[in-house]
Amino acid sequence: MAQDHDHDPQHGHEHLHGHEHLHDHPDHAHGSTLTPVEARVRALESLLLEKGYVQADALDALVEHYETRVGPHDGARVVARAWTDPAYRERLLADATPAIAELGIGGRGGEHMVVVENTPDTHNLVVCTLCSCYPWPVLGLPPVWYKAPPYRARAVIDPRGVLAEFGLTLPDTTRITVWDSTAETRFMVLPRRPDGTESLSEAGLAALVTRDSMIGTGLPLAPEAGR
Amino acid sequence: MNAGCRKDDPGPFAEPWEAQVFALVVTLQERGLFTAGEWAHALGRSIRPEGEAEAAADYGRWLAALETLLAERGIADPEMVEARSDAFLRAAAATPHGEPILLANDPHSSP
Repeated sequence: MAQDHDHDPQHGHEHLHGHEHLHDHPDHAHGSTLTPVEARVRALESLLLEKGYVQADALDALVEHYETRVGPHDGARVVARAWTDPAYRERLLADATPAIAELGIGGRGGEHMVVVENTPDTHNLVVCTLCSCYPWPVLGLPPVWYKAPPYRARAVIDPRGVLAEFGLTLPDTTRITVWDSTAETRFMVLPRRPDGTESLSEAGLAALVTRDSMIGTGLPLAPEAGR
Repeated sequence: MNAGCRKDDPGPFAEPWEAQVFALVVTLQERGLFTAGEWAHALGRSIRPEGEAEAAADYGRWLAALETLLAERGIADPEMVEARSDAFLRAAAATPHGEPILLANDPHSSP
């Protein structure tokens, strides 16, 4: 039975979790401890393993995939291609899922992708008000703030205020459109190409594309900063 | 939202158990036990507990939503999960620090 998940917990987490480490107390030097939540997860996993619903090595491979391979660098490739290839941009905006698949990107959480384009007049912002639907294949798994109630609630009610908290102040004349992702349809923003990037290669452009710029809570980096 | 949310992300999972929950949910969904839409609704219910403030859609809520779905589908009822969970807690206490915590280490286990 493969219950050996005690490998590197990817530490360096957000400070919120600090209080959960009471189990590292030296009094327990002679035994191990599990927190209640860890015990529940192991319980579910072991029951599901026994019933054959899951396989330990497949679970490990899945975790490794999301920890090491999937992330916003793939979305950045899509954006950079759209910036450099007008025909690709057309295909991407018309039907995003197959256009993204052209770059070898796709899979779970990206079955029906819609890409919305920022223009000089319009800024797009993506949220999931129900829970945390997010375009995994292009952006990886969502950041903590994306899943938190303040963002989920306020992105719709006060998008301008939310963007200001992210340090993004848009002119009053810019219209902000908020897109509510669901399990069925997941949105990604195509940000505007920064000025002064005419000489950059596609890879150089991709390096300017941040995760937040594809959610709409940020803009791509300026070319100097991205080098 | 606070300043903490602007930090560069340390990775998708803060703790190994979060990754385990994620992997279980994704795997069961791909096996057809529930659809993506059913999962989103279960998670949506889980982050809006009756009479309480709306919660973050974090992996603790994923776990709660998963337990609810497994109970509803008759795959793992709450008593079974509770008993197994207690067994793991006893097994942990009986496992020397640094060694894998195996269910067989539970002193109450009947082989």
